[in-house]
Parts: sequence; structure tokens; C-alpha cells
Amino acid sequence: MSAPPDLQTLPASAPTSTRGEAAPPAPAGVDRRARLVLVALALAVVAMSAAYLTLGVRGGWAYVLPRRATTVATLLLVATAVGIATVLFHTITDNHILTPSVMGLDSLYLLTQTVAVFAIGSAGVTQLPEVTQFVAALTLMTGLSYVLYRRLLLGLGHDLHLLVLVGIVLGVLMRSLTSFFTRVMDPTEFLVLQDRMFADFTGAPLPTLGMSALVCVPVLALLAREHRTLDVMALGRDTAIGLGVEHRRVLLRVLVQVVLLVAVATALVGPTMFFGLIAAHLAYRAVGTYRHRYTLPAAALVGSLVLIGGQTLLERVLRADTNLAIVVEFVGGLLFIALLLRRSTP
Amino acid sequence: MITLDRVSKSYGRGRVVDSVSVSIPAGGLTCFVGPNGAGKSTLLSMIARLLPPDEGTIHLDDLDVCTAPGDEVARRLAILRQENHLSIRLTVGDLVDFGRYPHRRGRSRADRAPGAAADRLRVEAALDYLDLGALRHRYLDELSGGQRQRAFVAMVLAQDTEYVLLDEPLNNLDMAHSVAMMTLLRRAADELGRTVVLVVHDINFASAFADRIIALRDGRIVADGTPEEFMTVQTMREVFDLDMPIVQVDGRPLALYHAGRPWGAGQHLPTAGAVA
Repeated sequence: MSAPPDLQTLPASAPTSTRGEAAPPAPAGVDRRARLVLVALALAVVAMSAAYLTLGVRGGWAYVLPRRATTVATLLLVATAVGIATVLFHTITDNHILTPSVMGLDSLYLLTQTVAVFAIGSAGVTQLPEVTQFVAALTLMTGLSYVLYRRLLLGLGHDLHLLVLVGIVLGVLMRSLTSFFTRVMDPTEFLVLQDRMFADFTGAPLPTLGMSALVCVPVLALLAREHRTLDVMALGRDTAIGLGVEHRRVLLRVLVQVVLLVAVATALVGPTMFFGLIAAHLAYRAVGTYRHRYTLPAAALVGSLVLIGGQTLLERVLRADTNLAIVVEFVGGLLFIALLLRRSTP
Repeated sequence: MITLDRVSKSYGRGRVVDSVSVSIPAGGLTCFVGPNGAGKSTLLSMIARLLPPDEGTIHLDDLDVCTAPGDEVARRLAILRQENHLSIRLTVGDLVDFGRYPHRRGRSRADRAPGAAADRLRVEAALDYLDLGALRHRYLDELSGGQRQRAFVAMVLAQDTEYVLLDEPLNNLDMAHSVAMMTLLRRAADELGRTVVLVVHDINFASAFADRIIALRDGRIVADGTPEEFMTVQTMREVFDLDMPIVQVDGRPLALYHAGRPWGAGQHLPTAGAVA
């Protein structure tokens, strides 16, 4: 630290440093790379969607194409919502191995489905219009989690880890309740219910899709405006406050955004636990920067690529009748274990 | 001027800061010292609005730090905490650049944005000031603890605030870098007119570099004065429960606490040795 230049006089003259090169700072290179990755991912998503839409069409295009287009739209929406929600959750919890499902949203979804089947029977549930089911599930999930987490957040100050812990405990409680109901349920009813317990990505009805988009678009528009604030939030609470971010307010707002996005995705296709983890971590790897203006769109694009690619592979290439969600969750679970292991051996 | 008026903070039953009133005028270098658990870090965190006080008010000039807009405080006061764990991977340059965030609200960080040139010069200056030019493209997790500490100090300096608060900035630094850090903070106070407030553990660093030393014990201020007033055998007993010789080196008093003997309960002298 010999003879440091004066901090006040320096800005008047050009930087005289001989150590740091006078060329523009490195972020330019990082930015260019991240932008290229985003463009490449977007092209890959378009190509994969086209492949899914057009491969192996037999019979009437007029019949097949709209059906497949709905599936692609569903996959895009879910991937975007879950991918972005996971990155946001990582940022506000300052922890990269969590998924928003630790807040217990999916357990709540399972419980409501089970109680519905238990109360009015599988016939009653399937007769309900899809839109009604969607709105009911969405309202229940966002309403309950907002009341619960808002109260916790305001009451406990800034202890987000306690919040996560409470979410896990509540999740276990709701899962236990769910399994209690399934045990006392009629076996044939249970078969119907079981089908609803795994995410089904193949095509939600148009009105529910439209409503999901209506919820997601404003959330995403808001995120586009505040990505720099999110960058600062990722530095941790104290540093963020030191740099002038209204931490509590931003935290609450992002939490609401996460809850909305996850609730939409869950109401649309069913619970996903580890899929978000795949999307987020592949996105971090791909863009190679912490900046949310790159990681958020990348997570949406990578997620879309995984889902649409997986669906194409299963349906068109393997001609398997397996549910994609099961495969994705299996791979996601493996990734989670890998992340845990890597963490425990520094 | 930082003004604290009867500020208290409790965790559970323990009262960590107990009705502290003190004012720190603009300019100069002030050190908080005291035994572990005396409430130094808590006090500093409250001044920097990282913790809300249970009672009392804290003003930064005319601003009440608890109610003022966060970004307005951030343009006047910067804080460096003791632990700085990051879950994201950043380069030194990225981190220091964050120091410009409070001045850049609503403005893009693109090169052509207005004010970007000034921001860049501030970042360059802060990097140079801490001798980090060669490390600017390195990732923080590739650096030694001391280098990382300097990067965080550079971020705080790039924030370009009148008040700079640092909680144990000498953590992780070897002797040479500790001296360099204190020299640098001294220069920031003398040449740039910053008001530097820090928590240090080594009272000899406080004695050698500070204008004013404030000692806390059990959440109360027990001594407050210049190094000459503070560094007495009597005050050391009062603050640290240690009986230690004080020697003069180059006109600065130094405490030989390594040769100190415990000063037991019941032996307390009736009044503190140095009260400003």
C-alpha cells in the first residue's frame, strides 16, 4: 500500500494507475458472454418448440397443432414461473440450495386436493370446471402463505431462516394430514387423487393458461425494473442496507412475487419440488455472472429448454408413456444431493 | 455529527447497550474499545441502522437514521461489518463497483450513462487506494482473508460518504497490513475530511492512530477521551480488569497488556481515570 493516490484529487485527472490496465473494466467481456448465452438459449427454446410441434404429426394438423401448442405454452409458463421464482428465492434467502417448495406451497396444494376429493368425491372434483379449480387453488395458496409469511416476517424481524424452518415444519404437518386422509379414503378415489399428486405438464385448458399469464406478466414486468436492487440484495442483508436498499420492504415484495409465481405453476400443473433447482443452477453455470438481468431470463429459458426438450424426448423419441415430472424431479433430486455433498466437503 | 441520545438495546433479557448518549463531531478518527460483549458492535450497527434501537434516538446531522430514507443515509454513511459472507461469486472490481450503487439509483451502469465516468474514477481511486489494482479481475473466493477485507474496505470508500463506520477492520490482517489499514483510515480522515468511526480490539492501535477513544463496558460508556487521557493504568483496570504497565513510545502511550495481571472484583477504584 505504498503511496496511495489521493482519493479526492484523483477523479480530476485520468487514472494514473500502472497496475490496473487503463482499458475498460472486465465486465464488458462478462456482459457480452452472458448476452450471447441468452440469445443462444432463446434460439434453442424456439428450435425445440418447433421440433415438439412438428415431429411425427400423423393425421390432421388442425387437430394436433393446437393441442401441442397448448402443451408448449403450459411448459413455457411453468418453466418461467418456477425458474425465476427459484432464483429470486436464492437471492433473498442468501442460500443457493433451497427451493421455494420449502415454504410448503406444494404440501398445501396436495392437502387441498386431498380434502377436496375426500369431501366431495373424485367425481365431484372432476366435474368442477378447470377454471374454478385453478382459481380456488391459487387463492388458497397465495392467501394462506401471504397471511402466514407476512405475519412471520413482520413479527420476527429479519430472521428468514426461521421462516424457512417454519415452512418446512408446516409442510410436514400438511403432508401428514394428507397421508391421514388418503389412508381413510376409498381406494378407487385414492387412484384418482394419486394422479393429481404429480405434476402433469401436458396442456392446461386455455382459460387457466390465460389467467396464469395474467398473474405472471405484471410480476415479471416489475422484476425487469428492479433487477439492480436484486443484485444488491444478493450481497446479504447488512451490506444491502448499508448501500441504501430498503431491505425489509424489498424482501416482502420479492416474497410475494415468489409465492405468486410458485402458486401459479402449482395450480397449473401440480407440485414440482426440484425442477426449479435444475433451472436455476444450469442458468448460473450458463451465464457465469451473478447479475439478475442475466440469471433471471436464463433460468426461464433453461427451464423451458429442459421441459420442452424432455417432453419431446419422452413423447417423440422414446415414445414412452412416462410422466415427465417424475423424470425431472428424479434428476432434480440427484442435483440437490450433489449440491449438498459438494457443500459439505469444502 | 453523529448524535446518540439515551440509546438502549436488549437481546432477550440481557441489556447489551444501556442508555448511551454520546456525540461524535464530523472529522477525525474515533475508536470504540472494550471487552468482549461490551456492546461495541451493537452500538455501531444501530448507528448504521442495521439494528433498530429499543429506546433512544440516533441522528446523523439532521437525519434520524431510523426513519430517514435508506438511500439518503447511504449517501452520507457507509458501514463495514465484521463478517462479510457472500453467497454469490464476485470479482474485486464488481464488489467495489457496488459502492457506487447509492449514487446511481435509477441510472444504468452502462458506460454511456451520465455520471458513469465519475463513478468509474471513484472505483479506480478506491482500488488504487487499497492497492487492489492488480487483483480487480480476481474472484473474492480466490483471495486471502486480508485481501478480501481490503476489497470490502475499498467498496466502503467508493461509496464516498462523509461518515465511514468499520467494525473491526483489522480482522484477518497481518501486522503490516494492519498498520497500512490504520494509516489509510487516518489519511482518509486527515486528507479527505471523512469522519471515521471504528471498533478495534487492540488498544495500542487505537492509541497510535485515534483522536478519541470511547470505552464501553456492559453496555455503558466508562471512559471517553484522547489517547493520552485514556491510556492510564487506572482506566485499563476499569475497562478491562487488567493491571498493566503503560509505556511511552515516540510520544504515544502503549499498554503492555501481555504483561497484565487480572485485576479482581472489589478492587475497583472509585472513579474512572480519564473522563473527557
